[in-house]
Amino acid sequence: MAQSQAMKVLTEPLVNNNPIALQILGICSALAVTNQVATALLMSAALTAVTACSNFSISLIRNHIPSSIRIIVQMTIIASLVIVVDQLLKAFAYDLAKQMSVFVGLIITNCIVMGRAEAFAMKEPPGLAFLDGIGNGLGYSLILVLVGAIRELFGSGSLLGYQLLPLASAGGWYTPIGLMLLPPSAFFIIGFLIWGVRSWKPDQVEEAEYQIHQVHRTEVV
Amino acid sequence: MPGIISFSRDGVGYVVVVALAVCLVCSVLVASAATFLKPMQTVNAKADRRSNILEVAGLPAGPGVDVNEVFRERIDARVVDLSSGELVEAREAKNFDQRAAASDPDQSVKIPPARDVADIKRRAKNAEVYLVKDENGELETIVLPVHGYGLWSTMYGFLALAPDANTVKGIKYYEQGETPGLGGEVENPRWRAKWDGKKVYGASGEVQLSVIKGSVGGNTPNAEYKVDGLSGATLTSRGVSNTIHYWLGENGFKPFLKKLRDGDLAAQG
Repeated sequence: MAQSQAMKVLTEPLVNNNPIALQILGICSALAVTNQVATALLMSAALTAVTACSNFSISLIRNHIPSSIRIIVQMTIIASLVIVVDQLLKAFAYDLAKQMSVFVGLIITNCIVMGRAEAFAMKEPPGLAFLDGIGNGLGYSLILVLVGAIRELFGSGSLLGYQLLPLASAGGWYTPIGLMLLPPSAFFIIGFLIWGVRSWKPDQVEEAEYQIHQVHRTEVV
Repeated sequence: MPGIISFSRDGVGYVVVVALAVCLVCSVLVASAATFLKPMQTVNAKADRRSNILEVAGLPAGPGVDVNEVFRERIDARVVDLSSGELVEAREAKNFDQRAAASDPDQSVKIPPARDVADIKRRAKNAEVYLVKDENGELETIVLPVHGYGLWSTMYGFLALAPDANTVKGIKYYEQGETPGLGGEVENPRWRAKWDGKKVYGASGEVQLSVIKGSVGGNTPNAEYKVDGLSGATLTSRGVSNTIHYWLGENGFKPFLKKLRDGDLAAQG
């Protein structure tokens, strides 16, 4: 029973309750760091670590946090963890960390971290909250790496830096799609991914909040 | 909860105690991460700076190159007294950090506003220079660190000059916070390539090199002193011009470059 619940917490956010595709959270960083698979992977690892650890620590003290200051307590914990992750990246993955510039710091404002802290870690025990953080981090990572792979492959003809499609500029046949290197392309890719997921699992389709009023027009074209 | 915090969970005292405890734990965490990882970060930052120097000097600096090895072999890092233009003795020059020195009142001078074209307020009395040697030990390139204010940020970079101390071989900004896509294009390799072969000093010995508005065409007079401006980034371009004017001028590296050109540098310690 307990094990199946843990499994569910861990796997649910991958597709059925994906933070990007269903909840539409964390889009900003998904646009910014996905022009290469390497940065997407590093960002995913950073976010997963922060979400898991913040969920764990917030859940540990959830019964002692006064509700009047709970948001600021969560923010303090999340911000500290992000700084630690940023410092670790600067120490062990300096070049990639430099490319990601401000986006590591911006994990603080990533809605996924805050959302899980508020929605899950404040209610559930630490072990489960930790798994929930990992699960949501992996859900985010899945989309990020997919988008990163599509953008790097079609934008620069390579994956993880290995040239797969020989570029026309280097004597090959592939002319890269410049748009893929620009952030807006991630909008299109994420849009198509959401469309794909929702066609596969129609129960994810949201109910329309409003309906366009039907007008019966006979005389005006 | 026992003891002093046993009163109501939403009471002011309890809230303050929890807030303080959380802050304390978090600050210890952050402080220890910063302290313990500092040595590794310093090594990375130094290697990064060195690879920028190699790149601006036209030496191999890509992946797979042992930056420190090439640096040791080819580059003579020296410290210069800016006002006299003399090299400082090696003993003093060891562990010199120009950026730290620029904010230390003992090691820096305030720049009078009238002369502060690069808008940097203070500069260190001494400055780093990197003398790049070719295989035979002859001077091949002079790399000078420069910095100045652009539109939003202080831009830090390196300028590489040929041994005549007048011909530009390259420029590379390694730290700047200008608008990405506009002023941020100071890092663009295509724009940087336009600096190659430009001259710094005019006939009367003044700094002539400038970034102009628009582009340098075949008919532009004195084209060898002019570099294309960055489109949409007039103020950043002006900042780059000012930086060059300041650092290659009388208050910058000019006395040193003059001595280097005339071949009378003392203190080869």
